[in-house]
Amino acid sequence: MKSFFRMSYPYLLWIALFIVAPMIMILLYAVTRSGNGTITFSFTLENFSRFLSDPTFLRVLWTSLRIALLTTVFCILIGYPAALFIANLPERRQTLMILLLTLPMWINMLLKTYAWRGILMNFELESEIKVFIGMVYDFLPYMIIQIHTAIAKLDRNLLVAAYDLGANRWKTFLKVTLPLSVPGIISGITLVFLPAVSSFVIPKLLGGGNYVLIGNLIETYFLVAGDWNFGSAISLIMALIIIGSMYLTKKLDRSAGEE
Amino acid sequence: MERKKTPGRFFSGGYLILVLAFIYLPILYVMLFSFNDSKSMISFSGFSTRWYEAMFENREMLESIYYTVIVALIATVVSTVVGTISAIGLSKARPIIRTVVLEINNLPVLNPDIVTAISLMLLFLSAKIQRSIVTLTLAHITFCIPYVILSVMPKLRQLDDNVAEAALDLGASPWQALTKVILPQIYPAVFSGALIAFSMSFDDFVISFFTAGVDVQNISMYVYSMKRFNPSVNALSTLIVAAVTLILVLANLIPALRERKNKKEEL
Repeated sequence: MKSFFRMSYPYLLWIALFIVAPMIMILLYAVTRSGNGTITFSFTLENFSRFLSDPTFLRVLWTSLRIALLTTVFCILIGYPAALFIANLPERRQTLMILLLTLPMWINMLLKTYAWRGILMNFELESEIKVFIGMVYDFLPYMIIQIHTAIAKLDRNLLVAAYDLGANRWKTFLKVTLPLSVPGIISGITLVFLPAVSSFVIPKLLGGGNYVLIGNLIETYFLVAGDWNFGSAISLIMALIIIGSMYLTKKLDRSAGEE
Repeated sequence: MERKKTPGRFFSGGYLILVLAFIYLPILYVMLFSFNDSKSMISFSGFSTRWYEAMFENREMLESIYYTVIVALIATVVSTVVGTISAIGLSKARPIIRTVVLEINNLPVLNPDIVTAISLMLLFLSAKIQRSIVTLTLAHITFCIPYVILSVMPKLRQLDDNVAEAALDLGASPWQALTKVILPQIYPAVFSGALIAFSMSFDDFVISFFTAGVDVQNISMYVYSMKRFNPSVNALSTLIVAAVTLILVLANLIPALRERKNKKEEL
């Protein structure tokens, strides 16, 4: 059977070349200074301190985190009842509802965002509200599907048992359904918060030119300013924040599971 | 649990309809305005198919559709073949190697797209490779393979190792064991991996934007870089929505129809 392992050699080479090497390049660029066309390999933390000491950059970071958090909270608030109601439908209608929810996910995100631009032209709204609507729209189906999966997996006998033991619907929900659906909420959060922090298309198309998130900052430093070193440092900072928040949510999940 | 007509059910039904309305609002909006007589996205002045005609005369747009489809097809075929073969190989690797490789494999899935995008751009620029449709396709293959592996791997774990062993013991070559024993068992997972890969590639914007260079653009890049609003985009969206709906309906209908046929034959 060992000969089968050899089948994965080409891919090992591929990931070394196209996943590992590029990630190392970001790291290298982030901790070096740019020379005249060639990279001088002098180690520096200048790029990081430049970001962390400038209030303008920090404000962009704060805006990105705030809108991603707001989007996540609203996706849970809107998505949870929807997932719960879907789970209570007869099985055939459940399948239909999930199909209806997944269908728009297959349609190009740029095209959907452009459609929102047309709709929102009818209203006088602040840029942040427009971006917020676009983000909730884009990520809501992921949240609903994750929570629905968790609720649908739940053993119906537990609910019957709770009713038999005298709990009313509300109490059953609070003590049985809600705690058991936490894993679904957590995986929903990772599918919403993480891409929302780094998103740069929605702010650009819906927020207009002056609404800048961290993704837009990275784009500017790479494609307009041509400062790859600083751009790499910003994306490393963003990646670290994302990895950190993922670690935290995983921990939250585990402590919720232990209860 | 009996289901009765209660005010609660009315409420939950109404709520779900509202959520669906929100999700379908922009899609119906572009469909409607794709038939608009004027250029406006605010007022509907009359029915016309002029934007569909304009779309087929817009060379830049047609080119972007062509590039999107070509890149998605190549990326799907390559990533499905490489991903499936590698997943089979990895499933037979030592656990420690498998874990490490799968962690690295997960990187493009977990990383924000923009990080994957700039990492690949830095690679191509540093290696002095001109960005073109080739680098674009390489990038797409790179982010598609992990999804194929993630789709195929769980199915492989459910397989009974002994069946492939038995085939080898009975004189099958490894190639025969692979094509006659393993592949038929994991076929549905390979297919759904390919479907995910195609849609990831078809819809990608961020990674394409950083790796495609100046003379190649896919649909997403075309829409993003449009200087002025062009209502033909509404026509394009409508056609894509129609195609996606058709494919999804068929994908859901065919298994159901087949099942019904099998049941009939049993009777």
